[in-house]
Amino acid sequence: MYKLLASTYKEFLLLTRDIGGIAILFIMPLVLIVTITLIQDSTFKTINESKIPILLVDNDKGTISETILKGLQESNSFEVILKEKETIAKELVFKGDYQLAIVIPENLSSDLNKKVTQNVGRILAEFSLENESSDAPKKEEIPKKEVNLYFDPATQLTFKSSVKNGIDKMISKIETQSIYKAFQEQISDDEAVVVFDTDNFITFKEIMPKGDEDKELIPNSVQHNVPAWTLFAIFFIIVPLSINMVKEKSLGTFVRLRTNPVSYATVLGGKTIVYLMVCIIQFVLMLLIGVYLFPYLGLPVLDISGRLCLLFIVTIFSGLAAIGLGLLLGTVANTQEQSAPFGATFVVILAAMGGVWVPVFVMPKTMQVLSNFSPMNWGLNAYYDVFLRNSSFMEIVPEITTLFLFFIATTVISIIYNEKKNAV
Amino acid sequence: MIKIQQLSKKYKGAENYSVSNLDLSIVEGEIFGLLGPNGAGKTTLISMLCSLIKPTSGSFTIDGLNYSKNRNQLKKLIGIVPQEYALYNSLTAYENLVYFGSMYGLRGKVLKNKIMEALVRLGLGDFAHKKIGAYSGGMKRRVNLIASILHEPKVLFLDEPTVGVDVQSKNVIIQHLQELNKNGTTIIYTSHHLNEAECFCTNVAIIDHGEIMIEGKPKDLIKNQSNANNLEDVFIALTGNALRDHV
Repeated sequence: MYKLLASTYKEFLLLTRDIGGIAILFIMPLVLIVTITLIQDSTFKTINESKIPILLVDNDKGTISETILKGLQESNSFEVILKEKETIAKELVFKGDYQLAIVIPENLSSDLNKKVTQNVGRILAEFSLENESSDAPKKEEIPKKEVNLYFDPATQLTFKSSVKNGIDKMISKIETQSIYKAFQEQISDDEAVVVFDTDNFITFKEIMPKGDEDKELIPNSVQHNVPAWTLFAIFFIIVPLSINMVKEKSLGTFVRLRTNPVSYATVLGGKTIVYLMVCIIQFVLMLLIGVYLFPYLGLPVLDISGRLCLLFIVTIFSGLAAIGLGLLLGTVANTQEQSAPFGATFVVILAAMGGVWVPVFVMPKTMQVLSNFSPMNWGLNAYYDVFLRNSSFMEIVPEITTLFLFFIATTVISIIYNEKKNAV
Repeated sequence: MIKIQQLSKKYKGAENYSVSNLDLSIVEGEIFGLLGPNGAGKTTLISMLCSLIKPTSGSFTIDGLNYSKNRNQLKKLIGIVPQEYALYNSLTAYENLVYFGSMYGLRGKVLKNKIMEALVRLGLGDFAHKKIGAYSGGMKRRVNLIASILHEPKVLFLDEPTVGVDVQSKNVIIQHLQELNKNGTTIIYTSHHLNEAECFCTNVAIIDHGEIMIEGKPKDLIKNQSNANNLEDVFIALTGNALRDHV
């Protein structure tokens, strides 16, 4: 026990003597989390709050283009700039001056009205008496219409699909209303009489998990980003930890320790305790940033009410998993040139696999299976359970157990590898 | 104190044995010099005796303890001063020594007193709380030595303890080692400084190609070798003038 304490104190001294290293260890994750959250939050606002200038070429000049224009303006997402010619709009978008151009084809309103009237007339004729079937309008070939959308090639797919969905929804609504209108005209001559209620019958209500005091937990960019990037920062501990171990090998202190009556497990234990403290401090700093700094930056406040204890539990186990990986890398690597680039790249791979950047459910099947093997995925799920799903301790037990087993496995492999490696 | 029987070591992938069927006995209280050209097998032999590497065959005992059965007990008996400084540069000499002393179970006032006493004796009392990174080569060598003797080992292995140091530091180190020896520590020492070995060692073995060429008191070896005026003449006569460069 005393040897473990001495090892821990030595590691503490080594760490605190490297002021630059400490600054990087604590400040960089904070810079990372602030930057990422600001970017992601502004992206969120881009779609929901601030206006994106887009081009609209109105070749229709009818009620539908008017409705589309009105819909776009009322959406508060776009600042609509009208252009006369499709070629000009296309050129401006493809040059990257605008993200999007919408080109409404000629006669869209009149042709849609014709098509709807034709269809409604035929339906009503079908329901009428046989001798009235001659009243059915003659079928006229009306060509299908295409609303052309031009996107800047640099536009991200998520933005593209959200815009496409929005316009598609708008057009569907226009079509539906046109059909209702046509029916109304056929059934009643008095326009003042409302035969159909055209409001949506089915609406959506999003129900969130409830936290303490029955308060709904509403996710925002901060609630998503803080756990994800905290985990990323925690796992980056493998880089300084493995470098620390490789340095000991090159200094010769590891050789000296091998001649001392102390086990490799004790040496690793000292490192584990100190680096776990680093992980916890990193986490506390991130929470403080989320709670106290984010509101000053115009970001939502990080809500940790009633979850602090569980968050620390997840952090400790995630930290242990990261440290286990660092100990293994430090044991296997012989030079800093091996450990530093490998460690950094491997963390990025684990983060990608774990769903830090792209949610696991949108990944291809193979990657979804592989994500189950990323400790970052286990940690992230545990954080989301606590932060967003208001889970209890028992519900995070599977994830923290897996993280702990991962720590045990990597540490045991390190000890065995060290024994084998030194049995020259 | 040390009995080595038919000890051999062949590294994986190596064509030849680094140490081959070596038999040797070192008596308690000796200062035993292991001398030989580069690649002769000195460091390999010391590494095996310190349990850093496993022998391919053969066995040895230190103070009656077998290396394979009593590894942890053996570690408490021995001290090793490696060729590298093997110290943490960002820690002070005192902090380094507290750490390495703790690994032998030393603690508290006893450890503190031992450290300060050794530092003062080796001329480093005023620099105890300075970082090792700021030390000169000679100062580091002295701390390197102290780190290996705090637990008062029965056997001390020194792998070229005076390499790269000035005469003053070398003299302080040698004097201290002689004091330790007077107090009962058996010393096994490797060096390329043959004059130093001639004066310092009570017994020497010249080793080459993993085998002992000759063993005895330095004066006897010089006397028995024709045209030899010193240990270096004996050494050259036995190992030749050819360079021993190998990769």
